[in-house]
Amino acid sequence: MTDRRTQIGPIIGAAFVVLYTIFPVLWIVSLSFKSAAEIPTSQKFLPKAWTWENYETAFSTNLFTSALRNSLGISLIATLISVILATLAAYAIARLEFPGKRIVLAAALAIAMFPVVSLVPPLFDIWRTIGLYDTWPGLIIPYMSFTLPLSIWVLSAFFREIPWEMEEAAQVDGATAWQAFRKVIVPLAAPGVFTAAILTFFFAWNDFVFGISLTSTEAARPVPAALAFFTGASQFQQPAGAISAASVIVTVPIIIIVLLFQRRIVAGLTSGAVKG
Amino acid sequence: MTTTAEREATGGTRHKGPARPGLTDRARSERRLGWMLAGPALAVMVAVTAYPIANALWLSLYSYRLTNPDDRRFIGLSNYLTVLTDSLWWQDFFTTLIITVVTVSVELVIGFAFAMVMHRIIWGRRTVRTSILIPYGIITVVSAFAWRYAFASDSGFVNTWFNLGDFAWFDHRWSALFVICMSEIWKTTPFISLLLLAGLAQVPEELQEAAKVDGATWWQRLWRVTIPNMKAAIMVALLFRTLDAWRVFDNVFVMTGGAQGTETLSFLTYRQTVTRTALGIGSAVSVLLFLSVVAIAVIFIRGFRVDLSQVRGDK
Repeated sequence: MTDRRTQIGPIIGAAFVVLYTIFPVLWIVSLSFKSAAEIPTSQKFLPKAWTWENYETAFSTNLFTSALRNSLGISLIATLISVILATLAAYAIARLEFPGKRIVLAAALAIAMFPVVSLVPPLFDIWRTIGLYDTWPGLIIPYMSFTLPLSIWVLSAFFREIPWEMEEAAQVDGATAWQAFRKVIVPLAAPGVFTAAILTFFFAWNDFVFGISLTSTEAARPVPAALAFFTGASQFQQPAGAISAASVIVTVPIIIIVLLFQRRIVAGLTSGAVKG
Repeated sequence: MTTTAEREATGGTRHKGPARPGLTDRARSERRLGWMLAGPALAVMVAVTAYPIANALWLSLYSYRLTNPDDRRFIGLSNYLTVLTDSLWWQDFFTTLIITVVTVSVELVIGFAFAMVMHRIIWGRRTVRTSILIPYGIITVVSAFAWRYAFASDSGFVNTWFNLGDFAWFDHRWSALFVICMSEIWKTTPFISLLLLAGLAQVPEELQEAAKVDGATWWQRLWRVTIPNMKAAIMVALLFRTLDAWRVFDNVFVMTGGAQGTETLSFLTYRQTVTRTALGIGSAVSVLLFLSVVAIAVIFIRGFRVDLSQVRGDK
């Protein structure tokens, strides 16, 4: 059979892909288990002795625990608002004929290309004047500039594929409008909405530019920005161990989401996402 | 701007009701509902971008430091002149350009190879696709720290593995840029390869078979059949990655803090605004950065004729 022979190349390639993607992750995991004394003196990949002390340091650092809370809260609220607004907009784009359709899509595309850092100088000034500097809304609002275009794109691509005639078919078969919507359309649309939410959340979770420019204290500073300000358990200790441990902690949820929803994320990225 | 043209265009493709819009009650109410549903999203998008950019334009015409707000005065285009005649802007411009060209071209090659693997593989398909999403999902700052510690001369393994003694990667411009590019490439190749995977799926299998029957080698099929048939997907992936690479910030911040001539345009905006609180100059830099992005987009769309309807999914 030639089938098996033609698969050898791809399998070697696949092994390389997996090695490529996993290697830096293994390194930061390994680093997170090295002791504070070992990190600056050892040039080995694996730790000599495995220890949990960096994780204890990370969780006992107020900066990290508050950053975790801020990041989760801010990213979830930003995701929720953009997915709700985008679902309404994408429904209109997919199902209704109105002149604004192309304007909305073009605006989303243009804003997706936009350099977010351009918003920093004006927002830095406005937020200080109106008191939004270093607050949750002070980050949620600028996050809309990248989460909303992304959700609109992913959702309108998904909604375009939905067989909307089925709703009418259900109504012909005697279902009420509400039943047709709930039993037919919601199950078809839900995976798309969910995928858009995952991709949007990744983006918000990853933000560093706004996080570092528009916050100054633990009140709103999200994880990526907090990592850059990390110190060790004492000021004489290298922060590398604690940073690695904190990095692993915030990467675990990403890996779990990726493992569970791999197919949907790939579909969402390839069918509608225009931003990476 | 083009509302009349839009109206005619959409009017022509209407599937129900009369062809001329705005005449029936039904069409009018559909249009109103459309705006009611899509309006809020459009309004929020415009409010969070157009207003701040207009504000930046205005601020960039003033000499204004946050530490000395009383000394704020109108100086016209002086800030732009200051920025554009400063060698720092040009150095940062070229650093950004180098990072963009290197990362995007390397990513295109690796990303294409990865896309071919993902396209061809049957056994282990799920594992590969899951693993490729890990760099995509990981926080850029985390990736930056991982690569920084790997190359650090005290805690890293790279120097030991490659017998480089105690070479300080972050003390020299080119070696620091090399590590920045490594982290950037690692993190964003998955995005490009997934877009290319979608492109590969659109290449008709019959064409491949026909070329094979005609005795074309693998290499010939790649260049004569596969690549020409997915040109649109390649250009779209290139455009979005180029614009993304052009705003590189996170990796530079974590690895060098902009030292050793590794500062990029995004970093310059940040440093002028947040570190120096020179809002006038910072705004001028941000407006110039914005204009450079517009220029790149125009070059791609006009110059290379990137077909964005491909991204929009309009068939």
